[in-house]
Amino acid sequence: MSTIKGTFKLKSGLAQMLKGGVIMDVTTVEQAKIAEAAGAVAVMALERIPADIRADGGVARMSDPKMIQEIKRAVTIPVMAKCRIGHFVEAQVLETLKVDLVDESEVLTPADEEYHIEKTKFTVPFVCGARNLGEALRRINEGAAMIRTKGEAGSGNIVEAVRHMRAVLGGITELHELYRAKKTSAFTQKAKEYRVPVALVKTTAALGKLPVVHFTAGGIATPADAALCMQFGMDGVFVGSGIFKSSHPEKLAKAIVEAVAHFDDAKLIAKVSENLGEPMKGLEIEKLDVRLAGRGSN
Amino acid sequence: MIKRTKIGVLAFQGDVTEHVLATEHALKQLHLTGQVTPVRTKAAILKLDALIIPGGESTVLYALCERAGMVDEMKKIPYIFGTCAGAILLSHRLKHTAPGQKTLGLMNITVDRNAYGAQTESFEKNILTPFGQMRSVFIRAPRIVKIGPGVTKLIQDGEEILACEQNKNGTYYLAASFHPELTTTKIHEYFLKKVFSK
Repeated sequence: MSTIKGTFKLKSGLAQMLKGGVIMDVTTVEQAKIAEAAGAVAVMALERIPADIRADGGVARMSDPKMIQEIKRAVTIPVMAKCRIGHFVEAQVLETLKVDLVDESEVLTPADEEYHIEKTKFTVPFVCGARNLGEALRRINEGAAMIRTKGEAGSGNIVEAVRHMRAVLGGITELHELYRAKKTSAFTQKAKEYRVPVALVKTTAALGKLPVVHFTAGGIATPADAALCMQFGMDGVFVGSGIFKSSHPEKLAKAIVEAVAHFDDAKLIAKVSENLGEPMKGLEIEKLDVRLAGRGSN
Repeated sequence: MIKRTKIGVLAFQGDVTEHVLATEHALKQLHLTGQVTPVRTKAAILKLDALIIPGGESTVLYALCERAGMVDEMKKIPYIFGTCAGAILLSHRLKHTAPGQKTLGLMNITVDRNAYGAQTESFEKNILTPFGQMRSVFIRAPRIVKIGPGVTKLIQDGEEILACEQNKNGTYYLAASFHPELTTTKIHEYFLKKVFSK
């Protein structure tokens, strides 16, 4: 009987299998192996972690295909890679390389300030960032199979991730309350405000959550940070700079995996947080020269 | 007090809610009463009559079971159903392992991890099963490449074994390489019938 590939069920299905997991940024084969051994559910292969992209400045682009392939060969878990917002050719290249999921990411310098990639045309699934419900729904409408709240990548500071989680969840609660009060006429106005079809607003309102898997990212540096995101109701976390900018990456990676799996067990989080050494130093948001989260908000 | 049958879904990682919902729906279909709970601890594992191991990353699932110190207790549960990563955990022999990867080793089967390739090779298709025609979803799926004595095929598509079962010494294990929890409750119903038949 006939076989079909690249359906939305398959794309969103991969994201479903990642739930409860930690996705770690890695820049070398060695780091990828450490991440896999620590219990990462997937790795994000990139040349520079966000903290270094921030420090180095200049235009940040898709990573070297050779480096991505080397990491693919080194691990058995899913491998993801980032393309620039709106850069559909970088996305085509990543699909050809058979990465398991493409992150259309604000961490790289945007290629298009008006449009994101039309993701429905691809076989490979996409994850996109969002700071609020409108952004999340627009990305889903373009075909994103997974959403991550943006936070402020490379900052080592959880405050923006919390702001964005609250904004997305607050937007969903508002819709869900309208749904429960049967004020369905309000959905037309909301759809207009969010610039998405009414049907997508209705679906989200009825579910009381995003219709795709919802992770968080940007600024997670400790096991408690990761568990905080899980207690907010997130499906999982991306940890970028936090792990390999710390003094004991192996130990910290393992501790974050455990804190996510046992996110409501404070005793266990206390135990795994012992003797982790220096975490990533982190930056105050007001003092940042470049704010990545505002990119690609249209 | 009547003891309610307890079915746990291993809840560290993967499509846990999908399995919880499919199991609850299957109980309703069969007019059975049971308790379906996500489990994360040794204490919770000890109370179970049956366990479902979801889809997810097999390396992560096993590592977290090991770190929670509950592998031995899991092996004592009489009824276990695993899909995708869950089938990998049930298997005795594994191909394309991560360094040092271990399994529960409960079923006399050989499973090949990511046998079809990367996510872009993931597929869905209609299959014929003893429960009628079924939509089946394969996501970075493993392949059951060999079944040993004591194991029977349950679902086959061409040359491929998509689900198999092992009934031995008072234990019953069921493994599927795909994700029935995403499309149907029929396999969950079949598993529950076994659990409630004891």
